[in-house]
Formats: sequence, C-alpha cells, structure tokens
Amino acid sequence: MSGTSGTADAGDLGRLDPTFTSLPYRSLGDAALSRARELGVAHADFRFERVRYQRIGVRDGALQGASDTEDLGFAVRVIHQGAWGFASGVDLTPAGAAAVAETAVAVARVAASMTAVPVELAPEPVYDDVTWVSSYVTNPLDVPVAEKAALLVDWTERLRTGAAVDHASAYLLQVQENKYYADLAGTRITQQRIRLQPGFEAMGAGADTFDSMASIAPPVGRGYEYLTDGSHDWDAELEQVPELLAEKLKAPSVEAGTYDLVIHPSNLWLTIHESIGHATELDRALGYEANYAGTSFATYDQLGTLRYGSPVMHVTGDRTVEHGLSTIGYDDEGVQTRSWDLVRDGVLVGYQLDRAMAHMKPELAGPDDPGGRSNGCAYADSPGHIPIQRMANVSLQPAADGPSTEELIGRVERGLYVVGDKSWSIDMQRFNFQFTGQRFYRIADGELVGQVRDVAYQATTTDFWGSMEAVGGPQTWELHGAFNCGKAQPGQVAAVSHGCPTALFRGVRILNTTDEAGH
Amino acid sequence: MTTLATPQSLVDQALAVTTADDCIVIVRDATSANLRWANNTLTTNGVMHGITATVVSFIRTAHGVATASVSGAASTQAQVTALVEKADAAARASSPAEDAADLVRGAASPDWDNAPVPTDVHVYDDFAPALGEAFGRASGAGRVLYGFVNHELTTTYLGSTTGLRLRHVQPTGHYGCTGKNAALTESAWVGGATRDFSGVDALALDAELERRLAWGSRRVDLPAGRYDTILPPTAVADLMIDAYWSAGARVAWEGQSVFSKRGGGTRIGERLTSPGVHLYSDPAYAALECAPFVVASSSGNETSVFDNGLPLARTDWLRDGELTSLLQTRHSAEMTHQPVTPVVDNLVLDVDGGQGSVADLVAGTERGLLLTCLWYIREVDPQSLLLTGLTRDGVYLVEGGEITGSVNNFRFNESPVDLLRRFTAASATVPSFSREWGDDYFSRTATPALRVPDFNMSSVSQAM
Repeated sequence: MSGTSGTADAGDLGRLDPTFTSLPYRSLGDAALSRARELGVAHADFRFERVRYQRIGVRDGALQGASDTEDLGFAVRVIHQGAWGFASGVDLTPAGAAAVAETAVAVARVAASMTAVPVELAPEPVYDDVTWVSSYVTNPLDVPVAEKAALLVDWTERLRTGAAVDHASAYLLQVQENKYYADLAGTRITQQRIRLQPGFEAMGAGADTFDSMASIAPPVGRGYEYLTDGSHDWDAELEQVPELLAEKLKAPSVEAGTYDLVIHPSNLWLTIHESIGHATELDRALGYEANYAGTSFATYDQLGTLRYGSPVMHVTGDRTVEHGLSTIGYDDEGVQTRSWDLVRDGVLVGYQLDRAMAHMKPELAGPDDPGGRSNGCAYADSPGHIPIQRMANVSLQPAADGPSTEELIGRVERGLYVVGDKSWSIDMQRFNFQFTGQRFYRIADGELVGQVRDVAYQATTTDFWGSMEAVGGPQTWELHGAFNCGKAQPGQVAAVSHGCPTALFRGVRILNTTDEAGH
Repeated sequence: MTTLATPQSLVDQALAVTTADDCIVIVRDATSANLRWANNTLTTNGVMHGITATVVSFIRTAHGVATASVSGAASTQAQVTALVEKADAAARASSPAEDAADLVRGAASPDWDNAPVPTDVHVYDDFAPALGEAFGRASGAGRVLYGFVNHELTTTYLGSTTGLRLRHVQPTGHYGCTGKNAALTESAWVGGATRDFSGVDALALDAELERRLAWGSRRVDLPAGRYDTILPPTAVADLMIDAYWSAGARVAWEGQSVFSKRGGGTRIGERLTSPGVHLYSDPAYAALECAPFVVASSSGNETSVFDNGLPLARTDWLRDGELTSLLQTRHSAEMTHQPVTPVVDNLVLDVDGGQGSVADLVAGTERGLLLTCLWYIREVDPQSLLLTGLTRDGVYLVEGGEITGSVNNFRFNESPVDLLRRFTAASATVPSFSREWGDDYFSRTATPALRVPDFNMSSVSQAM
C-alpha cells in the first residue's frame, strides 16, 4: 500500500501497470507541448489517459453480460490569446500529437473573439516526474472473469432462497484509471488508481405490491480484496436482505407528516452529495454550470456568513482520504491534492476550486499564496474531455465523543430511521430536495418498531441541515459514494465518496409516495 | 500525416484473426465540436476525435454459447488485433449466455465502402460570430447568457463472421441557451436538436430569451398544489423518455414495472392511456433518422449482442392508448411470447386531433401554468412510474388565455403514464428536445404540448 496521503511515493513507480508505462505518452507529450510552445501559447498541458472498465451482470443465477471497455487517447489544452483551446486525438504518433496541439491552438483562436475575460491560472509548484498509486492489494481486472461471475451467480442464488424473493440480480463494476500529465512549466505526473462497485438486489411481490431490497455496501477505491477481506460482511447482508424484503412487502404505508429522522450513512451520503457537495463547487456558484446542472444558493458573497446548518455541522473537502473514490495524488491540472474545510460550526467557509477559479478568488488561499491556489479539484473523465472542477470527497465529520446510532434513536419519540439510498432529486440551486431509501423503520419512544413503506423525505437544504441536532461518534462514521456523478457540457461522470456519521434531524417533512401518485 | 487505418480494414482484420466460432465487430468513428459559454463569455470549447472498436466473440460449447465483449480505442490493426485476442480469451473463460440465439446473417449496406463522415469547428462558422454579437447585445441590455452547442458525427460499421456489413452515419446536434436578468432573479431557456446547425441563429435565441424574460416583469408567488398546467413539447419529451426507458419487456414480465400485470405477465393489450394516444419509434422519421439496425455492445435486460444487425422498423409502443409493444430482445420476446421489438433511438408521441401550438393551448386556458422544462427527474416508484423532478427556467402564469407573469419553481411528483390518461388538450406534434436527457442520452424526439388539469406540484422550490 502506498500513496494515500496525497504525496508521491517513490515506491509507487514499481506499482504502475507496465502495460500502461510501455505506452509512448512521454514522447507524445513532448511533441505536443513542443508544438504548442512554437505556436506561442501562454500555457499548454498534455494529458494521456487509459481507463479500463469491466462490467459483469448476473440475473437469477445466469450470466447476463460481461463487457470490457478501454478508453485510450490524449488531449492538449492551451491558453492562447487569453482563451482556452482544447483538442483530443487517438493517433499515437508524435506527428499526431503535434497535430492535435495545432488544432487546440486553432480552436483557441476561434474562441478568443468570444472570450471577454482572459483566462489565467493560479500558480502551482512544478512536480518533476512524480508518481502516485492508490491504496489497493489486488487489481480486480486481474481476477478471471469466470471467478467473478461465479461469485455473482452464487450471490443471486443465495438471495433467491428467500421465500419472498422472486428474482435477484448482481453486478460488479471495476475501473483502472491511468493518467500521465505534463505541462509547459515542467510538471510530469504519472498516476494509477482502482475503484470497485459491487451490488445486488432482490425483487419480490406482495399481495398488492412489488418492491426490492438492495445491498447498502458502498463503492470503494479498493481492490478485489474488498470482496474477501471482511471489510464488508457480504455473507450477513446476503442472508438479511431476503428477510428485510419480506418485511418491507408486508409493512404498512407511512402516514405523511412531520417526523424526526435518524439517518444512517448509507442514506445520508447522497443527501450530502447533492445539498453540500454540489452547492460548494465554485464553478456553480459563479455561474459556469448555469445552463446545465445549475448554480448554487451558496453564493460567493455569503462566504463566512451563510448559516448552512446547525453548529454541530462540520464538512470537509478531501482528495486524500484512503479508499475515497475521488482520492488521487494530483489533479488533472497538476495540482497536489489536499483536504480543507467547507462548512465549520454550521457556517460556509470554503469552496472547491480549479486553477482558473483559484486565480479569480485568490483570497480563498490565504496570505501564503497571494496569487491564489487551487485545492486540486480539476478532473476529466476521459482523454476526450476537458478538465472541469469536480467534487472532492465531501464528508460530514463525526463528534469526537459522539453517540452511537442506538443512542440517537433513543432520543426520538416519534420518527423514522433511514437506511440505504434509492431515489434522489434536487433543484438547480440546491434548495429543494426529495429522497427515498432502501428501508424506513418507524421509531416510537426511542425504539425501532418495524419497517414502513412508501416513504420520501423532502426539505430545503438549509432548513434540513439547520435541523440536525446531533451527529454520531466516529464509531458510526462510514465512507459511501457513487461512481456516476454527472456534470458539465459535454457531459462527464465522476466517482466520489462521502463519509458521514449517523445523524439526528428534527421535524422533517415525510411524504407518502402512493398518495403523491394518487388522484 | 496519419497512421489511422480505415474502419473497414479494422473490421476485416478483426474477423480475419479471431479464433472464436463467431465474431461481431462494431467500429465507431466519432468526431465532435462544441462551444460552451457563461456570463456572456466563452468558457470552454473543444474538438474531439475518437475511434473505438467493440469485438464480441462467441464460443459454442456443449452447454451453450459463451460470449464476451471487449471495447477500446482502435485506430491501428495492432490495436484491433489485441482487442480480438482479449475478446476471444474472455469468451472462452465465460459461462453460457442466457440470450444465445443464431446470429443475423448476410445483410450489407450499399455504402459500406464509404469513409467516415467527420465534423469540426467549422460547423459553427455562422453560429460563432452571431454568438459573439449576442454576448455584446445581452451585456448591453442587462442580460446574462449561459449555453452550450454540440455537434457530433458518428459513423458506425458493423461486421460479422456471418456476413453482416452494415454502415450508418448519425449526425447529432443540439443547442441550448439560458438567459438571466442582471439580478439573477429571472431565468429563461430555449433549446433544441439539430442535425447540421443550419438555421440555428444565436441572435434569434437571444431575442426569444429577451421576450421570455420580459414575462417576468410581473412576479407571482404561488403555493404547492394541483394546477391546470401546460407542458410544452420539451417537457413532454422529458417525461416520455422516462416512460420509454421503463418499458423493458423482461422487467415487466417479471413483475417489476408499471407495465407489469398483477399476478403475472405484461399489460400488453391493455388500454393504459386516453384513446387517440400513439407512442412509437421509427428509424425513418423525418429529421429524427437513426440507425435502422440493432447495434448492441453488451447484453442486458433490453439489449442482446446476439441481436446485432436485426433490422428496425416503425414500432408502436402505444396505439390508440393501448400498450402494444415493450422493448424486446429475441430472448425476452421468447420469454414473453411477443414479437421482437428492439430499442429504436428515437421516440414520437402523437395525439389524434392534436393541433396548433403551445400558444394555442395558452389561448385556450382560463387560468393555469405554462412550464418551460423539467429537471432532475428520477423514478420514485416503479409500480406507478411515479417520477419526481422540478420545473426550471420559466414557469408562467396564464390568465384569460394570456401569459401575465412569472411564477416560482415547483417540485412535481407525477407519472407520465398517468398524464397520458388525464390530459385535456394536445397541440400538434413537433420536433422537441428533452432538457434533462437530450444532451447526453436521447435527443431525437417529437412530441406535442399537453394540458394537464391537475398536475401535482408537490412543493415550492426557491431556485431562480
């Protein structure tokens, strides 16, 4: 294991995949940057990527499909005449790389007439030929497909032994991401990371309804050992899910109204993602996502004053946490990654940045970096896409000596305990959201009294976080996340983790989804 | 100077070197060019070129046919050979496929030998100068523009050891522009799909945004509730795409969707919506043309690699309000005892008697809401296909047949299937563009505007 602190490790060099390091990215980068320099650009960077994906799907004990995909190519980005220019290509020759650099410069010339504010980047130290590899033991792409398919087949067969289970599905997504970054300043960075998303779901029908129950295991920046080393108890979950589904199918429909909620990390991570993670992206706050994903209620003029939530709310941005899906040593602009505060004592105190935005708001970096400093949030999901500001691992911190989940439930007279994520939606300024979950347990007088069905919770972001009375202790903190966060035009996806403790919220609006659909 | 091989030679190379019993090769040559802007200035842009190959290998065993699919960048013979080796090895290590069927044989496109058709930044030769002028005009008038244009050309080559040699050229383009007033308290959006950007005028887009923002000079705050609501074609497209994506036959057959019959089977043959409602796909629909054959890189609930090359034709999903077909592979068709009706990459909603435009529906509304588009739509309950989402970039109050002001945004909870049962008026069907799904997933739609008498605005959104 190595390279998990955000600093390069000399030992990482030997862990880089030789099938990647044998590719001619250094010579291509030299050719592209050399040509860009000849054309007089103010900045040029070269990014060579190979991203390998494998998806295996199983349904009712039969392999439904196994597919491997490899995205390979390179991109050149320049600042010329004050404008961005970007081009990508697949011709892996020095001449091909130089031609792509020429195209990027030509695009910048077209863009210059429409660029009112010249683009400038915050400074960043030069990193001279460093490497970084994420923390994992076994690359899942090195495990035979048949072995992985057999595991998933076994999962669905075990699920189907449950009396309430009519059908079962399982899947395994695996990604190996290799990147080489070089720029005219002299930085050269080679990186490799692994991520893994296993999942399963059981489906069944009751007297007048059907429903499902899915695994709540999080996707991880780990290797295949995640499935075998006990870090998640797969056997216990496979045994419990059919029983939980059977209970859900017989559960009463919830009575709409106002409830206190105790929310488990397997559900709360997604609420954090939508209502804090995206809302504290500075590109959104400045309007750069306005035509697509939207802007943010957390506008820049409110930095340091916006009451985001209750005083127990402390949220960090972090691209260094071990096994985080957004964790990496250096971002796609050659910036060394870090962790920092976004919300402290319930007040907005920070944003997620790339180099261009850091230059626009240098005061965010403090007096040590008068020209501004990015906090390392630039990311492109493929060699064919331009890096944009993407999410760090945005996490809610636990209380140092905080309560257990059981203690939090014990404080509730009438409420719901929420486990697992399902449906999610939030408006384009991150005010109004609605979430469902895998399981909702009714709490009466401090105790769980069985599941209820047809539940959604709906709130406004600052009201919701303002109603957070308590966060659990470190023993309740879990790192969850997603592979598929979408953003930007053209659309890009990114993987990101969110850690959080179990937390207690007072007086949240609960909808009955059957009523919502009724007439 | 280029070392890139032709797509046809990549297909030939793959089929020549495979050691599998059968092999299908899909080569896609894709070019794209885009411009993005915000705050009245260009922000990012790009020109991209990619060539990918998907190799699907089939190995016959005593227990069935095993298959595996491997995709990757492939611009040289060596790269495609490496993909074939991986696919062949993966198929040999795989288990028998549940959807095994005979591969399609022998069909060939007359234009097979033609080169890929590219696009580049010159597709904006007329649009870009006008956009620069629109920035100046908007700045001078206190408007802020945010937007994106994208044009792609993908040429697909599909070859097989059973003789398929199919080629398809797919242009995909779209434009969208959001306008806000200087205080950022009013927002409007216009957007659409295009095959070639002819006739897309940045100044005309800005003029329409100016007109819509003027509607916001009177602001009316309304509470949550059920409203007589006009959904314009773009919002109808937003919702119909979700209905289409939920129409998998296998999932319905197994009892897990709104198209499942209680007690088992599908609802094919049931009247689900008002009479006169027709939902269909047609690869030849004018201006929405799409691939007339199946291209499947991997198998799943609604796709099968064994179906590659199957011809596609007009398919009615709802005919006169009756569910007539669901998304079928040959495997699911055998399971559900229905005809084979694979996914088609466009969608049309027609309503008998639908005529006029959004303006005509507004003129016929005594009091209600006119939406612009919907956003962040997600499924809440598959049994009813209850969806949640939000209004965005313009909700307008209609009084006495006229737009009289702008209204706050709402969160809605509604089912598209139920909306097709409850609507009271429809306009003519026109090319439309889903704000939610059009950019990245599904841009080829034609839909009418619909007036729904009791659209469920579940809560108020403060977003502006």
